[in-house]
Amino acid sequence: MKIAVCIKQVPTREWQPRLNEAKTWIRDSEASFELNEPDAYALEEGLRLKEKHGGEVVVCAAGPARVSAVIREALARGADRAIHVDDEALGSADGATVGEALAAALSDEHVDLILTGLQSDDQGHAQTGVVLAERLGIPHATIIMEVQVADGRLRVKRELEGGWFQWIGMPLPALLTIQSGINQLRYATLKGIMAAKKKEIRRVAPASPVQSRQRIAALYVPEKSKQTQMIDGTPSDAARELVRRLRDDARALRQ
Amino acid sequence: MIAVIAEQRGGVLNRASWEPIAAAQQLAGAQDVTVVIPGADVSALAAELAAAAVREVVELDDRALAVYTPDAYLQALQRLLGELSPSLVLLPHTYQTRDFAPALAARLGRTLITDVTHIRQDGGSVVCTRPVFQGKLSADVSPVGDGPHFVSLQIGAFRADAVARGAGPAPVRRIAAGIDASKIRQQPEAPFQEARQAVDLSQAERIVSVGRGIKAQEHLALVQQLAEALGAELAASRPICDAGWLPMSRQIGSSGQTVAPKLYVAVGISGAIQHLVGMKGARTIVAINKDAEAPIFEVADYGIAGDLFEIVPALVAALKSS
Repeated sequence: MKIAVCIKQVPTREWQPRLNEAKTWIRDSEASFELNEPDAYALEEGLRLKEKHGGEVVVCAAGPARVSAVIREALARGADRAIHVDDEALGSADGATVGEALAAALSDEHVDLILTGLQSDDQGHAQTGVVLAERLGIPHATIIMEVQVADGRLRVKRELEGGWFQWIGMPLPALLTIQSGINQLRYATLKGIMAAKKKEIRRVAPASPVQSRQRIAALYVPEKSKQTQMIDGTPSDAARELVRRLRDDARALRQ
Repeated sequence: MIAVIAEQRGGVLNRASWEPIAAAQQLAGAQDVTVVIPGADVSALAAELAAAAVREVVELDDRALAVYTPDAYLQALQRLLGELSPSLVLLPHTYQTRDFAPALAARLGRTLITDVTHIRQDGGSVVCTRPVFQGKLSADVSPVGDGPHFVSLQIGAFRADAVARGAGPAPVRRIAAGIDASKIRQQPEAPFQEARQAVDLSQAERIVSVGRGIKAQEHLALVQQLAEALGAELAASRPICDAGWLPMSRQIGSSGQTVAPKLYVAVGISGAIQHLVGMKGARTIVAINKDAEAPIFEVADYGIAGDLFEIVPALVAALKSS
């Protein structure tokens, strides 16, 4: 089975935001980056499916040159080769635009299955995977917690809200967006890191000039909207006072 | 005209559907809002929605819409929106919306802006505020290109109870979706709940949520008692669910559920942004945490900085005697 996994490079969790002068994007050069966490689970799922069913795992990422760091990491974890849609504007473009750029890059690969994370930890549009499937004309399912492959078909467990799930069957080729926590992640071994150096990274330009579907007019730190009332005293005094305020002021207790 | 796409599962209206209706009324005025409810024989839900002061409710009907599939929804909504030609399409940012709306907008060559917490009109276009970088920043975003633009609204960002009710019911129009069922590629099975105690946290009025500060699984009984005393559902931050101490279905945050209950009590949760995005829409937030500088106190209405192993039992006692 030929599997493509689409990954994104995003600022680290610890990164403290700094804005460019126009306050329309972050200062890329001062940020530290890592593999988008949901995409790490998608990669792991792709590697497990390959181990079970054979075939190859191709990672695909869009963005500027810095993106090669997460591509190397994915290759070190076990992906076979990579496609890098190399373009500065794709680093800050919206999810649908990235999805379309990835679709153009993958259209000649004829993969059986495409996996990606359910959303990115940077802009969080949650659109890339679904738009990619739409542009390739293949069926999709989102927020997937389990993947079964049999007789050229998929059966996947989709997470619904409120603790509900649903199994969905569909033909291959197909695209799935993967939920964090679907599996236990592996990390790159030294052997994997060495092997990655010899693996192919094919750099391609976007098929058409990148034009984002969304314009960021302003980026800012959200205002704190609340005045917090801190309640002091011994645990029992503080507890009684909290209950009083929840009952009388906030009216948040059962009547 | 603004079109709102309401959501149902198994003939039950998703309560979050009222939120984009409220937003649409505020943007356009009641007479310029059309509510669409896709389904099979969902006239009862159409009647329920018709209580809102809107121009009309469209019951988009087809047997193939009884159980959700993205392919059926795409077929039906692509055609309907072509007929209605709205200027703006609003949806609740649910898992179902995330499953079909990006493809719908792409198929129509239009822009979808997701997870929006504030929306205002700006000439012929709209400016949407949405969280980015895990909520560390907010972005004011405008769609590029022709309308109709699609906007999905973060659950809890708009008040369902702000929906203006009409003097009488709004007119309901049933439109046959005319779906070619042979083109539906997904074959859904019946939805199921994994754990017996699984609950739709987005519908809960009160939630007690527990984080790393609880230290060990055997201490969960403590917060369980608090939840019972408050009549609340028990939930958790991500590390608790990753450790398997509570099921994933009880996880609040960016990779779990987004909730907006009347009362949210965060116990031993420091308030990483991934958690805050899932609960900051709660009406009243209580934080109990050892570290007085923890970010959870920035979104809390009431805070107690101290040892949860002392405060939580005291709180249970105070609730029982009140």
